[in-house]
Amino acid sequence: MKAFTYERATSPEAAAAAAARPGARLIAGGTNLLDLMKLQVETPVHLVDINRLGLDTIKATADGGLRIGAMVRNAELAADARVRKNYAVLSRALLAGASGQLRNKATTGGNLLQRTRCPYFYDPARPCNKRQPGAGCSALQGYNRMHAVIGASDQCIATHPSDMAVAMRVLDATVETVMPSGMRRVIPIADFHRLPGNTPQLETDMQPGELITGVTLPPPVPGRHVYRKVRDRASYAFALVSVAAIVDAGGGRIRSARMAFGGLAHKPWRVEAAETRLANTVLDESAVNAAADSVLAGARGYGHNDFKLPLVRRTLQATITEAARAA
Amino acid sequence: MKFEDHPGEADDGVGRLTRRAAVQSGAALLGVSCSLAAPHAQTVSAPPAFAAELPPQRMQVQLQINGTPHRLEVDTRTTLLDALRENLRFTGSKKGCDHGQCGACTVLIEGRRINACLTLAVMHDGDSITTIEGLAQGETLHPLQQAFLDHDGFQCGYCTPGQICSAAGMLAEVRAGMPSHVTRDLGANGPLTEAEIRERMSGNICRCSAYPNIVAAIKDVSDASGGRS
Repeated sequence: MKAFTYERATSPEAAAAAAARPGARLIAGGTNLLDLMKLQVETPVHLVDINRLGLDTIKATADGGLRIGAMVRNAELAADARVRKNYAVLSRALLAGASGQLRNKATTGGNLLQRTRCPYFYDPARPCNKRQPGAGCSALQGYNRMHAVIGASDQCIATHPSDMAVAMRVLDATVETVMPSGMRRVIPIADFHRLPGNTPQLETDMQPGELITGVTLPPPVPGRHVYRKVRDRASYAFALVSVAAIVDAGGGRIRSARMAFGGLAHKPWRVEAAETRLANTVLDESAVNAAADSVLAGARGYGHNDFKLPLVRRTLQATITEAARAA
Repeated sequence: MKFEDHPGEADDGVGRLTRRAAVQSGAALLGVSCSLAAPHAQTVSAPPAFAAELPPQRMQVQLQINGTPHRLEVDTRTTLLDALRENLRFTGSKKGCDHGQCGACTVLIEGRRINACLTLAVMHDGDSITTIEGLAQGETLHPLQQAFLDHDGFQCGYCTPGQICSAAGMLAEVRAGMPSHVTRDLGANGPLTEAEIRERMSGNICRCSAYPNIVAAIKDVSDASGGRS
């Protein structure tokens, strides 16, 4: 690790201002940042610790939704009675991620800002456009089993590793932030993460120093909540493909369905056109296949990850069937 | 209460700076990097080409370990695990992967299990930390320690302190009604089955593969206290 100075922030505004200094980084749970600092993938010269700012409560909103403080730990959020009852897909996604120890540390805000687990991003000896813009992408011709099949570019085929963010996307969460100027803003989760394009080093819409203060969930969506994660081990592994779904069905018909995917792209992947194709249809294989066609529009494999294309189809079929059966 | 003072004796031998000098030089370097920094510096990790590296930064921290306060001075880079092992000689917590993947470093902070390798000592000023050394009551082993002995829940033993601390934290989570990935009904707390134990303990790797005996040891302790998940 490179040497750095350290300060404990006294307010969200002060934290954002301090973190806007060049080379400074905010640290919350630290489970991703410190990992990367040990490998010198991240080399901040100053850390701004936001662990004692509070921002750690979950409160009902006036319109029947839920506001989650940025510092609420993943374990706390997954166990919250209101989340378990009304936003089960979020509990399920959180519980499918990481380990018990990590969920006790990792935060709601930090989880959204997780960096990719692409092995070439993690290896400073290999070119990576995300780590060093212009250096080239080692994954394109390399071992790309875990990599993106949708929305990638010839600069970067990394995926976003979060399970939580996939559930937040299907729930239409909004992210609240404070800027270094003290100005606050709200970013819809759909616009929060970016596709790599020619700037894979930019992963979110956040500005330098900008601090997440909370995430708000709209009122609960009716339907059965399911999170299905396909991975190489039964526990404690990143998704090859995951689906967060909320399906309102009955009597063999789907009234409405929402679905977002992890493991496919540089951001949680959601295609509203696919949901429209499922709405008010008889639940059968062809209906789900048509939805999968929409989800996979423009998708392509890069060799080792070609299997993800049929896997998306089968995982969606299993997820929708499970959700509809239980509804 | 007595303070155990540890003036950073086990550090890496880099020249000691006064705090004031360190802060001043740090500020100066921040000023330099300011003029060279690229836009969007929050995601571009590479430091500016000519920025000199900061000298080591040292800070005071107080850690309440197994009920005893310890005051020490550490390099800001010191993980909680290294502070425990190298500065304070609590060598029960083990360093396996040093990246949060194996769980050998698991300790309890304010009763919650975490990976001590993935957090900084300076982030825990004033926190209460329980390590494997703090679980027994005098000569009486913690029930989990005794159960690991009774069930032969280890071979080489390197992962054992982490396994036991993790199990202690896990059982507290179960008592608090926290669900897991394999909990069928999020609205109800079912029994702490072997499948629940395996899922909840997946952050602790045992390369000798003593898992069946580890699960049995934890199940015994859980059953003895009427374990529900």
